[in-house]
Amino acid sequence: MKTTYREAMRAAIREAMQRDERVFLMGEDVGHYGGCYAVSLGLLEEFGPERIRDTPLSESAFTGAGIGAALGGMRPIVEIMTVNFSLLALDQIINNAATLRHMSGGQFSVPLVIRMTTGAGRQLAAQHSHSLEGWYAHIPGLRILAPATVADARGMLWTALQDPDPVLIFEHGTLYAVPGELDDDAGAVDIDTAAVRRPGADVSLITYGGTLPMVLEAADRLATDGIDAEVLDLRTLRPLDDAAIAATVTKTHRAVVVDEGWRSGSLSAEISARITERFFYDLDAPVGRVCSAEVPIPYARHLELAALPTAERVVAAAREAVHAGG
Amino acid sequence: MTDQHQAHDLLRRMLRVRRLEETCVELYSATKIRGFLHVQIGEEAVAAGVMSALEPDDAVVATYREHGHALLRGVSADSILAEMFGKQEGCCRGRGGSMHLFDAATRFYGGNAIVAGGLPVAVGLALADRMQGRRRVTACFFGEGAVAEGEFHESLNLAALWQLPVLFVCENNLYAMGTALRYTESQTDLALKAAAYEIPAWPADGMDALAVAEAARRAVDAVRSGGGPHFLELRTYRFRAHSMFDPERYRDKAEVASWVERDPIATLRATLQAEDRLSEEEWTAMQQEVDAEMEQAVAYAEAGTPEPVEELTRFLYTEPATP
Ligand SMILES: Cc1ncc(C[n+]2csc(CCOP(=O)(O)OP(=O)(O)O)c2C)c(N)n1
Ligand SMILES: [Mg+2]
Repeated sequence: MKTTYREAMRAAIREAMQRDERVFLMGEDVGHYGGCYAVSLGLLEEFGPERIRDTPLSESAFTGAGIGAALGGMRPIVEIMTVNFSLLALDQIINNAATLRHMSGGQFSVPLVIRMTTGAGRQLAAQHSHSLEGWYAHIPGLRILAPATVADARGMLWTALQDPDPVLIFEHGTLYAVPGELDDDAGAVDIDTAAVRRPGADVSLITYGGTLPMVLEAADRLATDGIDAEVLDLRTLRPLDDAAIAATVTKTHRAVVVDEGWRSGSLSAEISARITERFFYDLDAPVGRVCSAEVPIPYARHLELAALPTAERVVAAAREAVHAGG
Repeated sequence: MTDQHQAHDLLRRMLRVRRLEETCVELYSATKIRGFLHVQIGEEAVAAGVMSALEPDDAVVATYREHGHALLRGVSADSILAEMFGKQEGCCRGRGGSMHLFDAATRFYGGNAIVAGGLPVAVGLALADRMQGRRRVTACFFGEGAVAEGEFHESLNLAALWQLPVLFVCENNLYAMGTALRYTESQTDLALKAAAYEIPAWPADGMDALAVAEAARRAVDAVRSGGGPHFLELRTYRFRAHSMFDPERYRDKAEVASWVERDPIATLRATLQAEDRLSEEEWTAMQQEVDAEMEQAVAYAEAGTPEPVEELTRFLYTEPATP
């Protein structure tokens, strides 16, 4: 079946709503507007305003209400329009959702799913271009997902809803229109493991979410140079699939981490540190990193492109890794 | 200013905003401008009226729907369009784009794309004036959608508690993106929210530039003379989509059409003509003048230089003074 990332996500929400009466969707413009990115288009008509809830511009209140509703026995899907606005809900996510189980000595659980759009690449300038998923991945108590494919867009939500703890799903804004093939019976997928999207022998390109298509393109370009790159899609950013990272690094002995987040104190830094902690003697080259330039993302196209990871930069970093030490 | 002079001035202001934004929409379609573009076509009386009441050393804080506010505050159409073209000559050297126009010379503090994000900043600007004994006013514009945010309530309370010289200007166009006010507020009379914080608040017809100018003048005078924060709710309507991506499923054409009949430019023009206070020649001349301004601005933006990529990481921190 031909579909798009957006439609796959919508099918996932629809299925969850049909299968479990406790599931409902709330967020800004999810109903009458049809979803800021049209993910929830048509769902208000199908499920009504009780279960497709338009909220006021009150990120902290409706995210906190999602936490409360989860505590109270519901299975809310909170949609925060974009990660940029999740900053207004940070207190609820980090001080409540992430802590309640532990802080209460295991008495309370928050089975909440929060979805949000992330990322740059559409000339939306600094306040609308954040990639803060790595930042959320810093927080114990949260599970962080970054579906990069149509199958993951279709399948991760249901599994996330079965998780008794809070799960954040980051949907990169450039992915919604991406087309893909989906089996007619496509359904839930695991939310624990990373996936090798392209096997290779010479260098491991480790990435997730919005940069996956670009990294696959870089791998194709490297192939024409005779460099056989393996592409690992992390899928879950917390907890990281250490086994998958180990498998690819011990296979290729070279790694480049590609992350749209900023480099300092980032997810790419974490992955690089884990690789060197455990596989230092397996490496044939220093771990490379391709991240965003350390500036607020600028509006102008040429400046934005200069700030973001690109296939050229990934190719260059992979070549450097392969040619390191001769 | 005589009444007639003021009315012509307001008409010209609104026309400048309208033409600037019509130009932006064309340039967007021609892919010269990208990203998000939010126009205020239909709402021009708000910025025109309020700006006419401010002094040059007052401060302005606005939202992402701020082209008109910037223009009428004194930022040139040249530098606004150059900014949207991503050029060095733009008011933010191509970094901000449509949603982030800034201009220190006119004390225009943006251009904020986070709903309600400007309100606390406006309170702080006013605090600084208060603490330094300056009789300046900070005008803070925001949409009615912002009223639901905590930052709105926290800011109003703080401004009232400390009696700060802020003018809160709520641009109530009835919709926050596609969600109508009635779906988001238990109390839709927004002036009451300000009143709850002991802030004098009154509504005005945001489609009537003269009414806005009068309401703003009263409020600004009161703020400047030490009366503490004031709140204006200006009832208006955006004729166009929320942004260039909005399919407008949430409102019907008849509703839009009924507001278009109250077009603030057409209304003021008709009033003046009916009273014989605007001749056909004057109107034609005004249009020609504004068209020429915008044509010139497009040419300026086209001719500009893209900000060099080498400059990407500039302005992150203060640059060391060059000897
Ligand atoms: C904190 C935050 N949440 C969500 C958004 C997305 N958003 C941008 S504009 C908008 C509607 C705002 O409506 P209103 O304040 O009434 O201003 P208007 O667009 O009508 O001028 C929304 C939801 C945002 N920019 N910031
Ligand atoms: Mg509005």
